[in-house]
Amino acid sequence: MAYVPLADQDDAHALHDPDSFITKYVWSQDHKVIAIQYGGIAIFVGLIALGLSILMRLQLGFPDTISWIDPAFYYQAVTMHGMIMVVYLLTALFLGGFGNYLIPLMCGTRDMVFPFLNMLSVWVYLLSVLILLASFFVPGGPTGAGWTLYAPQSITPGTPGSGYGILLMLVSLGVFIIAFTMGGLNYVTTILQARTRGLTLMRLPLSIWGIFTATVLGLFAFPALLVSAIMLTFDLMLGTSFFVPSMIHMGETLEHDGGSPILFQHLFWFFGHPEVYIVALPAFGLVSDVLSTHARKNIFGYRMMVWAIIAIGGLSFLVWAHHMYVSGMNPYFGFFFATTTLIIAVPTALKVYNWVLTLWQGNIRLNTPMLFAIGFIFTFVHGGLTGLFLGNVIIDVPLADTYFVVAHFHMVMGVSPVLVLYAALYHWYPKMTGKMFNETLGKIHFWCTFLGTYAIYLPMHYLGFLGVPRRYYEMGNTDFIPASAQALNANITIAAIFVAIAQLLFFINIFWSLKSGKPSGGNPWGATTLEWQTPDTPPKHGNWGEELPAVYRWAYDYSVPGAEKDFIPQNEPGEEYEKTFHHKGGES
Amino acid sequence: MSLYQDVTRKPWNTVGLPDGIDPKPTFNVSNEKLALVVFVIVASVLFSLLCVSYFIRMWFGGGDWLPIALPSMLWVNTGALVAASVAMQVAVVSSRKQGHGDKSKSPWFLVGGVLTLGFIIGQFTVWQQLTSQGYILQSNPANSFFYVLTGVHILHLVGGLWVWSRALLRQVRKDASHDISKSIELCAWYWHFLLIVWFALFYLVATN
Ligand code: HEM
Ligand SMILES: [Cu+2]
Repeated sequence: MAYVPLADQDDAHALHDPDSFITKYVWSQDHKVIAIQYGGIAIFVGLIALGLSILMRLQLGFPDTISWIDPAFYYQAVTMHGMIMVVYLLTALFLGGFGNYLIPLMCGTRDMVFPFLNMLSVWVYLLSVLILLASFFVPGGPTGAGWTLYAPQSITPGTPGSGYGILLMLVSLGVFIIAFTMGGLNYVTTILQARTRGLTLMRLPLSIWGIFTATVLGLFAFPALLVSAIMLTFDLMLGTSFFVPSMIHMGETLEHDGGSPILFQHLFWFFGHPEVYIVALPAFGLVSDVLSTHARKNIFGYRMMVWAIIAIGGLSFLVWAHHMYVSGMNPYFGFFFATTTLIIAVPTALKVYNWVLTLWQGNIRLNTPMLFAIGFIFTFVHGGLTGLFLGNVIIDVPLADTYFVVAHFHMVMGVSPVLVLYAALYHWYPKMTGKMFNETLGKIHFWCTFLGTYAIYLPMHYLGFLGVPRRYYEMGNTDFIPASAQALNANITIAAIFVAIAQLLFFINIFWSLKSGKPSGGNPWGATTLEWQTPDTPPKHGNWGEELPAVYRWAYDYSVPGAEKDFIPQNEPGEEYEKTFHHKGGES
Repeated sequence: MSLYQDVTRKPWNTVGLPDGIDPKPTFNVSNEKLALVVFVIVASVLFSLLCVSYFIRMWFGGGDWLPIALPSMLWVNTGALVAASVAMQVAVVSSRKQGHGDKSKSPWFLVGGVLTLGFIIGQFTVWQQLTSQGYILQSNPANSFFYVLTGVHILHLVGGLWVWSRALLRQVRKDASHDISKSIELCAWYWHFLLIVWFALFYLVATN
């Protein structure tokens, strides 16, 4: 297949426009189509994971009312919910979806540098999703080992899905990693090599910085998951003992001997912690751009934001063992990892301050994307603070494996990125479709989601203090937990169902607006970045018409003193503003 | 503008086209080469993590580690892989010499791939020898690691051979639309990388 990377061609006429339906929408090499394919698949599996969580909540809130939710199914639901949400929804939607859509547009290129590889990436991703979903239909069902897949439990008979289920999970992860690597090589190379003229690294919007750094993290972190998946598959299928120690199971001594379960935990979390930032960093980037645009102000401390993203990325490889404080590791180890964990909070807090200072005295427009972005600041601060508690060994020991941890990571990695996803989907929807969504419906969706998730997760912190353990099918004889905890659980379940149903508003909105929304025009928000300056909306194949744009300024020229409009697009030449610019100076 | 200049400037203070009207990539290499370098880094992380796991399992595992007696065949295989790398390098040099006009005939590219196939077959033979001597995959962690490490290495070579075969096809077909000397160079790079990885793995399993 001899293809010529589009970015290597200067001439728009050389672009071979796809003509049939198949080449246009199915086997498409156009980054925008691929982005939407990625996004569609991710949202589809995400909805399955959402459904599973409602089933879990029904069991917790109203134990034993649904007869077919037995303990095995409960664990399978927990596991699939967690893994799908973290890997197959968030990672795929942020990087495969938004990465694909925004990188070429924001960098002023016609496409990714390797469009064929890009197309391969999305199809391999689909394959990984299909393999994962197939595990619902194999004997024994999907794995019920928890999304951490800890060995030896995950492959020991007695755990649900310890045969085919876990095998399919491991294979699916391996395939996902291949898809991610193909996409990742594209994102990195495109951002580094193909930016249009004048677009220096420091003129990139923060979205691109977030996506770029997260991709690099992914490229470094996923190999750890791959290594553990390979070795676990060997333990499972071929009877090796990488992770499995000698064990007696149901009175029988298993063949395995001498393996190291702790090794698995180290490998898993060496992937697992960076993974949470693979999700968080693109969210940080996207939300920065949404906030700045709708506050009509430049992002506060742009360079600080860039370096904070990079610092967080680097540090995230040094904190993994804070997930293992109760694994019996050496206390000095715990001390080291507590320290690094607290250090990583510094650049994180910096970013939060800068978001707030971006809003300070801004000309804030409280539209739907902005509401979601501001909501994110709340939930992220909330989850970040509980992270600081958990980062300290002595506080973590009693709280580990309780609902406090569940509350922490759902605030910080569940709700927060999802709020950003909504902010971003609403924000870029007019560009993707050329139509405006319905504001009122969007706002109702926001308030239901925002308040609803608080109703779900705030009480969970309290349950954690009470000592309610996570990953339990039911309470059993736990005397230290008061009966009122059950009432709280019922309330949480009701809130969860409410929030889940409220998400319908989003789908109604985007599908209804697709047909009946008002035309949005090319740049409805008055935004500066390149994707809003395309000649066509939605952008055509090749993005830029005859000539690639040139970039004359950074991405945040909002409300520049002396300028006639309250924003200056990045591709607008303008020596005339330079003077006022110098006097205004920088803020850091 | 250099990378350093770029990341240290204050972007809000400047208007205009710092590099003139030509877009400048961050690194002065082709896209394919940069992607290959990134991939090589990723693969290095993969192999490093396997090696770290090797040590952790050896030192902190159940104390059941029995070193493997390595067949001397491994030296032959190593020789084949070194020769493959050299052949690839020769192919690069000769394709450069031939210049851009006539980018065809260097047989060394073919030789490099064939030698690599030889290496892979040799590794399979080593596996057979080991199994027949009783060093079975499951019986000891040192064995398990040996099979996994060599297996993952072979998989990387197979991936390389896939790219190699496509470049070779183009060479045979004299497909002028594609710069084959570039493919040859990238293959050579990748082969050198996998040779270094092999040295490291060989050293690891031979000394522990
Ligand atoms: C200020 C920053 C943060 C600190 C100090 C922190 C600290 C911690 C600690 C110590 C734990 C382990 C608790 C336990 O298992 O006992 C934990 C769990 C977790 N954190 Fe964070 N965290 C921070 C930010 C984040 C972010 C930004 C995300 C995701 C976007 C995240 C996602 C998670 C997840 C998913 C878990 C639970 C994993 C599991 O056990 O299944 N955290 N965090
Ligand atoms: Cu962590």
